[in-house]
Amino acid sequence: MRRGFASDLHWSDVTPKAMWLNRRQLMAGAGALAFAGPAAARIATVPSPYSTADAPNSLEDITSYNNYYEFGTDKSDPATHAQRLTVDPWAVQIDGLVDRPGSYDLGDILAGVTLEERIYRLRCVEAWAMVVPWIGFSLATLLERVGVQPGARFVAFETLLRPDEMLWQNHAILDWPYREGLRLDEAMNPLAILATGLYGETMPKQNGAPLRLVVPWKYGFKSIKAIVRISLVDAMPQTTWNMQSSHEYGFYSNVNPTVDHPRWSQASERRIGAGLFGARQDTLMFNGYAEQVAGLYAGQDLAVDF
Amino acid sequence: MWAQRINDLLRRVPAWPLYPLGMLPFAFLIWQVAAGHLGPDPLKAIEHRLGDLGLQFLLAGLCVTPLRDLTGVVMIRYRRALGLLCFGYASLHLATWMFLDLQLRWSEIGADLTKRPYIILGMVGFAALVPLAITSNNLSLRRLGPVRWRRLQKLAYVAAFMTALHYLVLAKAWTPKPMLYFAAAMLLLGLRVVRLRRSTPAPAR
Repeated sequence: MRRGFASDLHWSDVTPKAMWLNRRQLMAGAGALAFAGPAAARIATVPSPYSTADAPNSLEDITSYNNYYEFGTDKSDPATHAQRLTVDPWAVQIDGLVDRPGSYDLGDILAGVTLEERIYRLRCVEAWAMVVPWIGFSLATLLERVGVQPGARFVAFETLLRPDEMLWQNHAILDWPYREGLRLDEAMNPLAILATGLYGETMPKQNGAPLRLVVPWKYGFKSIKAIVRISLVDAMPQTTWNMQSSHEYGFYSNVNPTVDHPRWSQASERRIGAGLFGARQDTLMFNGYAEQVAGLYAGQDLAVDF
Repeated sequence: MWAQRINDLLRRVPAWPLYPLGMLPFAFLIWQVAAGHLGPDPLKAIEHRLGDLGLQFLLAGLCVTPLRDLTGVVMIRYRRALGLLCFGYASLHLATWMFLDLQLRWSEIGADLTKRPYIILGMVGFAALVPLAITSNNLSLRRLGPVRWRRLQKLAYVAAFMTALHYLVLAKAWTPKPMLYFAAAMLLLGLRVVRLRRSTPAPAR
């Protein structure tokens, strides 16, 4: 009934216009680079074996469809309102159970790291998905540099609190500042990265500049943006959406097609940029990263620890 | 009497142009889809716009009686068009959800219909609109008789309450737009309660 022609092709197989335009731009950029020299250099990165082979969404999709409630609740709000955010200078307070606590300038944090391109699937708790070519480095390298003390069991993160630039922080839609957290073994997993850019460029402000977390096997809201504080703690930290509604958003919030959100099914998702007719696809356990992370949860009932 | 003057003017304005006018937002939406102006997620934009329009026409229809009570301006003969436009947009909203959003994944549709409060609310709201749409013609009015027909039309209150609540509980946080729609629906329904109280004769002393 549903198919007139037996074809394996879907609308999702058609390269979106924005994407091939983007490719042309990249090629033109590469051409220009050959002549212009290092002044216009894209961020130097090394490829990663953790990157997916899935085609990334267009830069347009990634930078105009954002959940970032500090700048408004509409997906299109952050692209407009995040531009007023000052991201330089930027320091990150690293404290708690660490050997070398302190306020670290972002430049110092980045001085010692190798930036990688990590093309990751992104799955939002609202059942839509994208593929994003992040630039970043593994969270574990930073934690190792500051020295994690034996008593630490969790990592807590905080977003900047600056209501005169993040205007929706003047409204009590969430308990600001935005907070997130990971169990230490999750934070040390090589898939967990701190990202500083995407598509070869510095992180756009609406995507969490200048420094954000990316944990691709968890729902998107776990990947906290504009980080100013990282604390190593011994107890499970409070996290924003869990504080807002604990029966809807668990601490773990691993992508899991078998555990529904109370208000919608998580069995499938819509791929942004795949057109009107073929965008819905099955959701994969741990967003397709089961091989790397399933072991972290051995012995846990994921319907309870959702 | 300015209300009288408006009523005299309205007497010369037929109701039928409301139908093509009310379909202009749909034409605009189609144009936006074709032109690619709906952003990275056109499906949600379509789904939400159609839902908004359905609720807007429903609330507009519910304004007719309070408008008469408060100002004397009578727009009752436009109400059928408002109601049918509401039903049209609600149907398109539902069809978009089933065909384009869930793409006829029946097991997921079934699960949503039994487990998700906001989907259930929306479906009850839609179900309340169906008898209204079916009996919106003169023949039904004659067959049912004005008393029963008018009683049946009270289902619009159920639809308004359910759909406004459907929108309110769908939002992840307390955002302004669904709260405004809900407040408008509550105000319009509240005016009915006030009217009912007033028209009920006081008990004899």
